[in-house]
Amino acid sequence: MTGLVRALREYDGPPVRLMEVCGTHTASIAQNGIRSLLPPSIQLVSGPGCPVCVTVTAYLDRLIALSRRPDTVVVSFGDLLRVPGSRESLAGAKAAGGQVQMVYSPMDLLRLAKEKPGRIFVFAAVGFETTAPVYAMLLNRAKEEKLENIRLLTSLKTMPPVIDWVCRQGTVDGFLAPGHVSVVTGSRIFEPLAAQYRLPFAVAGFSGETILAALCTLVKYRGQGRVVNLYPSVVTGEGNRRAQAAVEECFVPCDAAWRGIGVITGSGLQLREEYRAFDAGSDGLLEDREANPACRCAQVLMGELLPGGCPLFGAVCTPNTPQGACMVSTEGSCYHAFLNGGGSQ
Amino acid sequence: MKITMAHGSGGRETSALIEALFASRFDNPALARMEDAAVVEGAQRLALTTDSFVVTPLFFPGGDIGRLAVCGTVNDLLMSGAVPRYLTCGFLIEEGADTQVLERIAASMAQTAREARLSIVAGDTKVVEGKGGVYINTAGVGFVPQGRELGAACLQKGDVLLLSGPLGDHHAAILSARMGIENAIRSDCAPLGEGVFALFDAGVRVRAMRDVTRGGLATVLNEWADRSGYAVHLKEEALPVSQEVRAFCGILGLDPLTMGNEGKFVAAVAPQDVSRALSALRSARYCAEAAVIGEISGADEAGVLLHTRLGGIRRVPPLYGEGLPRIC
Repeated sequence: MTGLVRALREYDGPPVRLMEVCGTHTASIAQNGIRSLLPPSIQLVSGPGCPVCVTVTAYLDRLIALSRRPDTVVVSFGDLLRVPGSRESLAGAKAAGGQVQMVYSPMDLLRLAKEKPGRIFVFAAVGFETTAPVYAMLLNRAKEEKLENIRLLTSLKTMPPVIDWVCRQGTVDGFLAPGHVSVVTGSRIFEPLAAQYRLPFAVAGFSGETILAALCTLVKYRGQGRVVNLYPSVVTGEGNRRAQAAVEECFVPCDAAWRGIGVITGSGLQLREEYRAFDAGSDGLLEDREANPACRCAQVLMGELLPGGCPLFGAVCTPNTPQGACMVSTEGSCYHAFLNGGGSQ
Repeated sequence: MKITMAHGSGGRETSALIEALFASRFDNPALARMEDAAVVEGAQRLALTTDSFVVTPLFFPGGDIGRLAVCGTVNDLLMSGAVPRYLTCGFLIEEGADTQVLERIAASMAQTAREARLSIVAGDTKVVEGKGGVYINTAGVGFVPQGRELGAACLQKGDVLLLSGPLGDHHAAILSARMGIENAIRSDCAPLGEGVFALFDAGVRVRAMRDVTRGGLATVLNEWADRSGYAVHLKEEALPVSQEVRAFCGILGLDPLTMGNEGKFVAAVAPQDVSRALSALRSARYCAEAAVIGEISGADEAGVLLHTRLGGIRRVPPLYGEGLPRIC
């Protein structure tokens, strides 16, 4: 057993609840069996950092409607296909004749658009600060190559406003800050939140050891407004300026709806006026209506409820029959809780 | 030459295609009679299996659909303890397919069949409308020696699990080819006869074997756990995965435990026979990196449990969905 595990097991302070915000951390915690190493006084909850999980039904419904247009093809990452909209998923729409194509990179859109100039290709542009620069790059390439049949349906979100929202709920004692997001934004972006709420933030990579080190740091600085960067090989204080500039060139902040939370002021990104020709109608997609009213995704996303506390978990809602987004995404907390047999962990 | 609908008519073009492309390459006495069915020597315990092969691209680093179609069925026969003897193959060819492509596939099948020491004794060709694709079904027959019983029902508490080599290479090679990623990863596609026979020749008490294809090791071992009622314990540190595949998985968010392979098998053997089994396997072709990866434990637990490098324990689920790359 490593010294880090011993240090965590020897923790004898008051119970702490630590939130990992990023879906990749959620996956790594499950894959490394980290919960099985922690004492009962240290609880891990998953936050709203899985881009697919926080997407509202109005957005999915709009994508589904677009896929039914004869001249339009909806292009998406695989994760989004099975997320239920208010009535069906994109995968369901595809099976019923909707035009939906899965790709691994948004840049594939350039090839598709050139191959079929008579079709309009709409990319389901979900994601956080990490993915936004890729969309900016795509649009600039499309402009250079004068491709007029590329559109984005945007549902882009930014981390600090939603972390602020979680802090205000007062249920979390520290954050395992999102590692990939921090590469772009820089670690300093969390300093105002840390100071205001007197909570520790640990920026960390994704190996089991670094997550353990981050948890030790959070326990050690409990009650202190500190940002500790444990990922200095790729995360700097100021972040990736080029990526930030690319995003600023194409996008401006906007209000955004988060599944289960509602609208958070200034928590999204929308296309700037001069890029609006690329927009597939992303405005006003704020409504959020669960396909299954008993679904408790919202509370799970906020760390208020563990996956096993949802009445649908494991019975009605499984990876094969997902009722909510948290069970679909490979970064979803319910998905990992189900697969690793730990709904109540 | 391009395949046309006439090649599937059943008439002269069909015979010409079969003669030129397949019969000449698969040549053996049973096939050469060109009757409606092959007549072969038998009167033993038979193992029978069939599988269909659909892969894009048709040719990939380390293999092609032809080698895959032979290995897939041969390995299924081997896992039941059989000595593979005869294979049939059915080709579904889309209009527009190039005969040069078919020649390469047939040559690869013939070469793989020779390597696996079995004969392709019957076949069928159909041409359908489409865009030049090729799909292959193979069925295989093998003979099982008297007294040899293998399967999940034979698993015993304390049995040790051996894996014949590193995980994930085929899956990663195919994905790389599809995504246009250049790397050194090659499919592990191979017939596993040498490794399997080495175990039996060394007198190892083999309880069960499975080839670790689609769904990956996680899916195979969950099936063993479900059917036997025992728990399967794995050691994360012992699981062989190459550096390249590990890096590839890290980027795409894939798990080697649920990735497909085409030339790997897992065997459960009696604990007393482990060292003999391991040295026999490691001296066999395609099994040089064989490793002990875990064991079967009592019926008081269930499922597949992985002991992680950090000392934690997690449950390993079978593959759900398609194992799609993550997005951020």
